Amino acid sequence: MTARLEIMLKPELFDAEGAGLCRKANDYFGLRLSSVRTVHILTIDMGLSPEQHEAIRREIFTNPVTQISSYDPLDVDFDWILWVGYRPGVRDNPGSTAVEAIQDFLRINIEKGQGVYTSKRYCLKGGGLCFDEADKVARELLANDTIQQWKVFSPDAWNPQEGTGIIVPKVKLDHVPRVTAIAIDSDDVLMQISNERNLALNPNDIPTIRAYFLRKDVLDERLKVGLAEPTDVELEYISQARSDHCNHNTFRGLFRYHDLETGEYEAVNDLFASCIQAPTLAIKEKKPWVVSVLWDNAGVGRFNEEYHYVITGETHNSPSNMEAYGGAITGIVGVYRDPMGTGKGSKLVAGMYGYCVGPRDYRGPLKPRLHPKRLLDGVIEGVRDGGNKSGIPTPYGQVWFDKSYLGKCLVFVTAIGLMPARIHGSPCEEKTTAPGQLIVMCGGRVGKDGIHGVTAASEGFSSQTPAGHVQIGDPYTQKKMHDFLLEARDEGLIAFLTDNGGGGLSSSIGESARFSNGCIVELDKVPLKYDGLDQWEIWISESQERMTVAIEPEHEARFMALSEKHAVESTVIGRYTDSGKLHITYKGKTCAFVDLDLLASEFPQWTFEAQWTPPKLRGLCEPVLGEPADQANMLLSMLARANICSKEWIARQYDHEVQGTSVIKPLVGKNRDVNSDAIVIRPVLEAPQGLAAAQALLPTYSYIDTYDMAACTIDEAVRRVVAVGADPERIGGVDNFCWPSVQYDPRENPDGKYKAAQLVRANWALRDICLAYEIPLLSGKDSMYVDGHLKGPYGETHKVSALPTLQFACTAIVEDFTKCVTMDAKVVGDLVYMLGETKDELGASEYYEHLGHVGLHVPKLAPGTAMTSYRALNRAIAQDLVASCHGVYRGGLGVHLAMVAMAGGLGLTVDLAKVPSNNIQKSDTLLYSETPGRFIITVNPGDRHAFESIMADVVFACVGAVNKDEALVIEGLRAGETIRLPVAQLKAAWQGPFKELL
Amino acid sequence: MSDKAKQEPVRVLVLTGFGLNCDVETAYAFQLAGALSERVHMNALISREVSLNDYHILVFDGGFSWGDDHGAGVLAAVRLKYNIGEALRRFIDDGKLVLGICNGFQVLVNLGFLPGFDGNYEKRLVALTCNDCGNFRDDWVNLLANPESPCIFTRGIGQLDLPVRHGEGKFYASPETIQRLVNEKQVVLQYATPDGAVAQGKFPYNPNGSVLDIAGICDPTGRVFGLMPHPEAYNHWTNHPDWTRTRVSMMRKGKPIIEEDTIGTKIFKNAVSYMSG
Repeated sequence: MTARLEIMLKPELFDAEGAGLCRKANDYFGLRLSSVRTVHILTIDMGLSPEQHEAIRREIFTNPVTQISSYDPLDVDFDWILWVGYRPGVRDNPGSTAVEAIQDFLRINIEKGQGVYTSKRYCLKGGGLCFDEADKVARELLANDTIQQWKVFSPDAWNPQEGTGIIVPKVKLDHVPRVTAIAIDSDDVLMQISNERNLALNPNDIPTIRAYFLRKDVLDERLKVGLAEPTDVELEYISQARSDHCNHNTFRGLFRYHDLETGEYEAVNDLFASCIQAPTLAIKEKKPWVVSVLWDNAGVGRFNEEYHYVITGETHNSPSNMEAYGGAITGIVGVYRDPMGTGKGSKLVAGMYGYCVGPRDYRGPLKPRLHPKRLLDGVIEGVRDGGNKSGIPTPYGQVWFDKSYLGKCLVFVTAIGLMPARIHGSPCEEKTTAPGQLIVMCGGRVGKDGIHGVTAASEGFSSQTPAGHVQIGDPYTQKKMHDFLLEARDEGLIAFLTDNGGGGLSSSIGESARFSNGCIVELDKVPLKYDGLDQWEIWISESQERMTVAIEPEHEARFMALSEKHAVESTVIGRYTDSGKLHITYKGKTCAFVDLDLLASEFPQWTFEAQWTPPKLRGLCEPVLGEPADQANMLLSMLARANICSKEWIARQYDHEVQGTSVIKPLVGKNRDVNSDAIVIRPVLEAPQGLAAAQALLPTYSYIDTYDMAACTIDEAVRRVVAVGADPERIGGVDNFCWPSVQYDPRENPDGKYKAAQLVRANWALRDICLAYEIPLLSGKDSMYVDGHLKGPYGETHKVSALPTLQFACTAIVEDFTKCVTMDAKVVGDLVYMLGETKDELGASEYYEHLGHVGLHVPKLAPGTAMTSYRALNRAIAQDLVASCHGVYRGGLGVHLAMVAMAGGLGLTVDLAKVPSNNIQKSDTLLYSETPGRFIITVNPGDRHAFESIMADVVFACVGAVNKDEALVIEGLRAGETIRLPVAQLKAAWQGPFKELL
Repeated sequence: MSDKAKQEPVRVLVLTGFGLNCDVETAYAFQLAGALSERVHMNALISREVSLNDYHILVFDGGFSWGDDHGAGVLAAVRLKYNIGEALRRFIDDGKLVLGICNGFQVLVNLGFLPGFDGNYEKRLVALTCNDCGNFRDDWVNLLANPESPCIFTRGIGQLDLPVRHGEGKFYASPETIQRLVNEKQVVLQYATPDGAVAQGKFPYNPNGSVLDIAGICDPTGRVFGLMPHPEAYNHWTNHPDWTRTRVSMMRKGKPIIEEDTIGTKIFKNAVSYMSG
């Protein structure tokens, strides 16, 4: 019997979820609902008796203090009822935990096809909604049609006995798994099949693939295992391994770079090798703290004698653009598997985020799939649940609003882990597979999730087909697996492990088998969510929360016992060999038999035309601006801009205290509400060292020159960690590129050559600055194709390409975390210093953007001068000479003086004439130029001499003092030009825009 | 306590597994307090691989057991109650200490270990439900400890600052139950304003809308204690959000930075010193 249990809060209790929906309905659509009550529904399809149903209702699913429940529809007053449930095959986390609890309580085991499905019913009152408005609330606030279904009931349509009806979103495939041989008669035939099957093979790769399968020796060997033409399993494997995602074909490509100003031509070969790999290897030679880079799931640096830290970054743009919550939670939970799968495994100690989205209040004519407001809400919540439920602090992140992200949003996620330097005497960062070892799949089960990514989205839905291409991460299952694998690691049971992310088993086994040089996999052993998956689907499914582990056969019993203790499913699905082959069978029959070195063979390099038109040739010039008469209001307006103002509402939703490691928090100052330059944690609770981390992005500079965009972005991230007291000699970087398509096409991508040149220039900056700062790139990631096609008001479509974006993350060691400093002014009478020279560099600044200009003079980094000053600053902090330190970032000096004052709850008096500058004559230029390399520092007057002598080789000046008036007072360059703003007024402006969201 | 137990170090069992996530720092905080602490998987207790008899203090630590699905702490309470409920109750009867932090507090109220009126450790009378603000919230809060409470853990503590991090921390019970909690001094911690007055429901001082600003309660014996804030996350003076400000002001006064126990650690020390007699 299938039963539908309805549960809700007692009527006298406040329904926070319902109240949240009322707020959103008003905020989004101006609908004034008077109340919403939420009914939680469990559709229990487990073949239980009425007595069993009653027992679980009473003992598990109803809190006698707060809830009422019934197997009949609960009687709630309403004007509209909205029911929202998942489509078949969508990950239903509470449904799974309900099954777990029922099994445990009734001491039964679930049978195939049984399950529990959760859904919700919202009872809306008031607001005088019509059907369309009620439907809009369901469609745009509660449900996303890629993963959810919904129903709207008016009082007339509602049958109080039947309620919502009994809806069981069970997957039924009725399909017999089948391996298909693929014809390779000609290149054209293979290309056509590739297109039909969404294999996404690159046309240039096809001759290499065909040549392999037509080789005489290959044919002979294949015949012995019963194969002739390539199978779909084999081609899917090759397609995955050759994809841009896995293989970085763009970064490995050849760029024919023309500078249209100088007429110079340069063949730029392999950006990855020349701008990432070579500099990092050169720096690694000089820096013994760099432990392991450029090969594993994440990079490894030394934390102290006993521990290493591990870091990597990822993006999850396309999935988040489709389904914001699901995409983001899958992104953060997914990136956590990278450090987990680095070396013999790491514990996760921190996560960071970066969101680039369209303006939250966008009211223009284009129709993105999800409005930026909804998209951002969903992304924030996805990362919140993914991080918080993993028990990993999420202490740092940033948001960037720009209309170019309407086409596709960017969701950056960064993960930091920690591993012991040695496990049973062997280095923890090392791992390898060997013939005879078992291949174990741990964690979740395999379904149709993520197969061919978003291409599946365009296929039609039926009521029982799985909507699994958009996934919902499951931090609970992964947390159990994380705890299990660490215990197995510490017992020395793990020889190799890696995560199942993009490409699923195909990637994880394909890559791990290269170490032993072979494997045999029995696909029929892989545990499935439901029957009916084809062999190739099992092989490439991206079902989440899975790791692939290599263990010695003698460790199997212990490994499985630990797995059972942690309630994690682990299955031996094959073993490693040294046959040189990737050998896959299904029920004893071979369905793939490919030489592992095929992928190492010569596939043609991708090539790109790159044409650089320098900004002047593009017609960019400086705007002709007179100085604002009302400088005070200008500053207040700058503070209230979306990319400057407070986003405390996001930071407060993220647990940044779990693990008990926080030293410098995301929000600091007297009232703990101003953003810190960076965060510091002490991941080893007993140790004196801290780990500082921060990120930066400055995509707007790409309007002028991506070289400077990248240089200034890297500098900002570096400056952020230096500002809190990190050692500039021990900074590691993570580059994360998100770029529009760079392949020129006269119709589809007419500015492709320019975008390709932009990519080359950003990489040159990455190389130059990392070499100058001696920053190894511990990890990195490139996401191409951040373009979208949006519908306009007449049904026409517009291609919208995201700004070329580099997010740069820095980690650095703090030798003694008790010396760290925060950015808030602390003591009245302290001197205010500026470090670094301000230049006339307002190009693409927040100020110009505010006034509707781009300009030309984009900020330029002088890395040598900057590093000299960072080293001096680090010495000053180590000698306790710095009371507060804050970098000058987006928005310039005016904005960041305000930050220092607001955080301290103290005023500052500053004389612009004293600010070291390149002969700047205008106050607004001094206030809003975004020249990199600068800091605002407050110093005890008694330390003046000591501080200034450390700064002997640095451009600096004392520009004012911390005042007792609680007002920011800035003397302008012109006589009588004074900005005087009480700190409370600054704060009201800065916190105003998103105040209601807190 | 037996004489034998008095001579031994105090042993603390910190639960792990099924989505709990504060086990490492909780075990660490107890070590700082002088105990021997061990992280033990719930299933190791259920399978009897580990025996509760070997421990003096049992900690239900923070996290998201079963993902907080179906009510925070609900499924953990079901699993523990129907597998080792009796052993857990015996642990209390033996005069030992039980601490529930955040998710652990939610488990204790769903088990009925709190409020434990009249020695009944099965009846669910109070609940921790969704925050009124409708969201998960991470912030430091000011707290007032009740000097008249029998609670072992808060002995000698008046005011304290601790972090909260939860989506379901609103303390709720019927007016009769609340009255009885007050009468029997079982209200241990209340949210307060920075100047030390009871928050009186004012957000963000009371971060979740808890009735009577209740942040923690104990049973009538004072040996079972549950609280939403996280004392284990204040295991070092640099955990406190004001530490860089305090440090500068101490330096200006020419005073040394005093690295004494944090008030978070004091809570664990109280427990350890009680059990070591």
